[in-house]
Amino acid sequence: MISYFFLQNYWWIIISILASLLVFLMFVQGGQSMIFTLPGNDVQKTMIVNSLGRKWEFTFTTLVTFGGAFFAAFPLFYATSFGGAYWVWIAILFSFIIQAIAYEYRSKPSNILGQKTFDVFLFLNGSLGPFLIGTAVATFFTGSHFSLNDMNQVKWASNWHGLEALLNLRNLSLGLTVLFLSRLNALLYINNSVDDTQLTERLIKRLLPNSVVFLVSFLFFVITLLLSDGFSADNDTGKVIMEKYKYFHNLKDMPVTLVLFLCGVAAVLYGIINAMLNKSRNAVWFTGIGTVLAVLSLFLISGLNGTAFYPSITDMNSSLTIRNASSSMFTLRTMMFVSFLVPFIIAYIWYAWRSINIKRITEEEMKTEGHLY
Amino acid sequence: MIGNLDLALVDWSRAQFALTAVYHWLFVPLTLGLSFIVAIMETLYVRTGNEEWKRITRFWMTLFGINFAIGVATGIILEFEFGTNWSNYSWFVGDIFGAPLAVEGILAFFLESTFVAVMFFGWNKVSRKFHLLSTWLVAIGANLSALWILVANAWMQNPVGMVFNPETARNEMISFWAVLFNDVAVDKFLHTIASGFLLGSMFVLSISAYYLLRKREESFAQRSIVIAGIFGLLSSLLVAYTGDSSARTLSKVQPVKFAAFEALYEGKEEAGLVAFGILKKSEDKIGEKNRRDYALKIEIPGFLSVMTGGDRLAFVPGIDDLILGNPSREIISVQERMERGKVARSLVAQYKEAKVNNETGKAAGISGMFRDKTFSDKYFSNFGYASLGKPEDAIPNVGVSFYSFHLMVYLGFFFILVFSLALYYLFTGTLRTRRWFLWIALCSLLLPYVAGESGWVLAEMGRQPWIIQNLMSLSDAVSQLNPGSVMTTFFMFTILFTVLLIAEVSIMIRQIKIGPEHMN
Repeated sequence: MISYFFLQNYWWIIISILASLLVFLMFVQGGQSMIFTLPGNDVQKTMIVNSLGRKWEFTFTTLVTFGGAFFAAFPLFYATSFGGAYWVWIAILFSFIIQAIAYEYRSKPSNILGQKTFDVFLFLNGSLGPFLIGTAVATFFTGSHFSLNDMNQVKWASNWHGLEALLNLRNLSLGLTVLFLSRLNALLYINNSVDDTQLTERLIKRLLPNSVVFLVSFLFFVITLLLSDGFSADNDTGKVIMEKYKYFHNLKDMPVTLVLFLCGVAAVLYGIINAMLNKSRNAVWFTGIGTVLAVLSLFLISGLNGTAFYPSITDMNSSLTIRNASSSMFTLRTMMFVSFLVPFIIAYIWYAWRSINIKRITEEEMKTEGHLY
Repeated sequence: MIGNLDLALVDWSRAQFALTAVYHWLFVPLTLGLSFIVAIMETLYVRTGNEEWKRITRFWMTLFGINFAIGVATGIILEFEFGTNWSNYSWFVGDIFGAPLAVEGILAFFLESTFVAVMFFGWNKVSRKFHLLSTWLVAIGANLSALWILVANAWMQNPVGMVFNPETARNEMISFWAVLFNDVAVDKFLHTIASGFLLGSMFVLSISAYYLLRKREESFAQRSIVIAGIFGLLSSLLVAYTGDSSARTLSKVQPVKFAAFEALYEGKEEAGLVAFGILKKSEDKIGEKNRRDYALKIEIPGFLSVMTGGDRLAFVPGIDDLILGNPSREIISVQERMERGKVARSLVAQYKEAKVNNETGKAAGISGMFRDKTFSDKYFSNFGYASLGKPEDAIPNVGVSFYSFHLMVYLGFFFILVFSLALYYLFTGTLRTRRWFLWIALCSLLLPYVAGESGWVLAEMGRQPWIIQNLMSLSDAVSQLNPGSVMTTFFMFTILFTVLLIAEVSIMIRQIKIGPEHMN
């Protein structure tokens, strides 16, 4: 018999998978953040924009589904975080509105604002999107300033409504990690999907500096995470207390997460090194899969094994756990049946992706393509 | 639920949500309608192999793409605004509302966004049949996206399939099918997507009329009009049919809204349907609220009774009956509903207290009461009334409801006429010479937008003061933010959306002027 607790865990795992796919798909944003610096000329820029532009909707849709799944499975998080950390989410949303139209409009005649403005939109979304999402997610580990009343209504203790998360070095380090990981994935994705020797040279050169920033911020975040106290929730009483080395314990208590994490990190590093040394075109699959595995592991340890996934610093017992923040058993079970369709969806996405990416983008194609960004 | 009600906060939050919804609805219906129209056009291309149909498909697909992007952009804001601005609501209904939203993401959005890439970029990369399939899947995905969000909206108009849990202070779903096949949801979905088909058809008809007026691309334009005319006529008939059925459903589940859009104050038998009317403010009041009188009224006698009750003698309750009560018709007053709502609220407080005092038996008893149908129908169904200050607060804006409803209905009949004439003139071979009609068709371009927005104004403002009919008022639902923050984001969104709209329209007009010459 499927228990309520099983369903809560199941949905946390689904949310974690969506989050990990989202972080990988943010290579689109990573690429946009280099729109002014990576291309050596206009043709290269067109090829880069078109290579990313054909995928922007996957990222966007995954973000929307991530939000929708959170609303459905853990509505108290949706209510608490979005209603409380208002300014951070509004900033993230703003950066995504300007992205959605930028691809379609940038090269169309009479677009009023001019191509440069739309490219600035892409740059802003590319830089702010991953950085802010990373920073917001870091509060899953570092905590936020809120309390809930007995009707589960949120009161945010800081007047900055979420922007205060930017003052925490650990939050910033995860923001930078996500941004630079996105940039690395973007460089490798473009290398995989565009056929242009000069562009390949340019992007291989950029791997090293981006890897350095990524590694420094990533290591800072992971080391401080493993050494820090964590928010431990009693599965029966729901009481939240601080536990020394909680996240380290979670890796130890759930060896699968440790394996996922180590494999993920190894795959990302292998992909980067392989691309730097051999100019491998397939490196993006290693860094991509590595990204998914590592992020999945981090999400799992933030919410499973009796951990408060959205902790409150102000009132520790207002912290959200997968037990107190979830939908009812009936809803979780109904949605579980729907989620069985996910493999089918992944299969058609993969098929459609392959059918578009089967030929690499070339300068020639940019001259003949009817739907050009 | 919230002690210190801040009206400025509620108003700015409403303004922001309304702004986003109005902008979103400028783009979505065209996506819904044009996606099917291009799918039909492409089907003709694949079946006949005629390159002209490919050119036609690609031209309309280009316009589809320009519109699609901005619809997606405004859509994400709507989704997240439930959380950012209506967080208390998000918790109160998340168990029901979230499920359709998640299903929408999983089933519909990915279908749409995956195959839209094949549709735009796959012409030279995939087989004709796979491309055609992708175009159809985009249309189906787009319309499925509409299904789930409309199911959620219908639940807000007519909450069904749930029980209230005092432990979590929220509504919990007990029947997914009851939520999905809610009467309001079925009507709303069909009415809304049909209005999108109609709008898409009018878009194609109007722009094709422009080409005919300019004597450009005449074969292209006439072929486009064949599709738009047939699809548009069928859609406008479906809109009329589902509109009628929506109104019947509303008369049962939202009688105050129904009475408001007919400005019917005194309930009666043999109630007439107002075909045309102009309202004026009356000196008479309900509580502190002035009533509205008719300055001018043309009505179809007895028709409203027939429509709602099936015969001329059926009683149609008016606003007076619904607010002040009418014991002879077994209609209870809002004052009484406020009392009953307070009983339900006090039980939630007693439940919390019992939990604190470890009185498990008492807590279980209260919890059981909320699951009991008789109690629920009598008390919990009035839960939101406990927040009303005075009975007349339950009256929506009668003027807005009345005019938005009538404008929508007039335009609905006008569209049937326009599509019928377009087809008649086309098939009799006289369309190109009927320049007056082509001008009317061109000038009608924006009218379906007006009709669609009016429909949403009626649906949402006619429901006031409720965010969830009878269960939750706006003031209970809003996120506790500084009104200044919401005001700031309201203006940020206003500026951004407006600039993007101007850019979209400018690009669209330019593409229409360029025309389909270069499509192949």
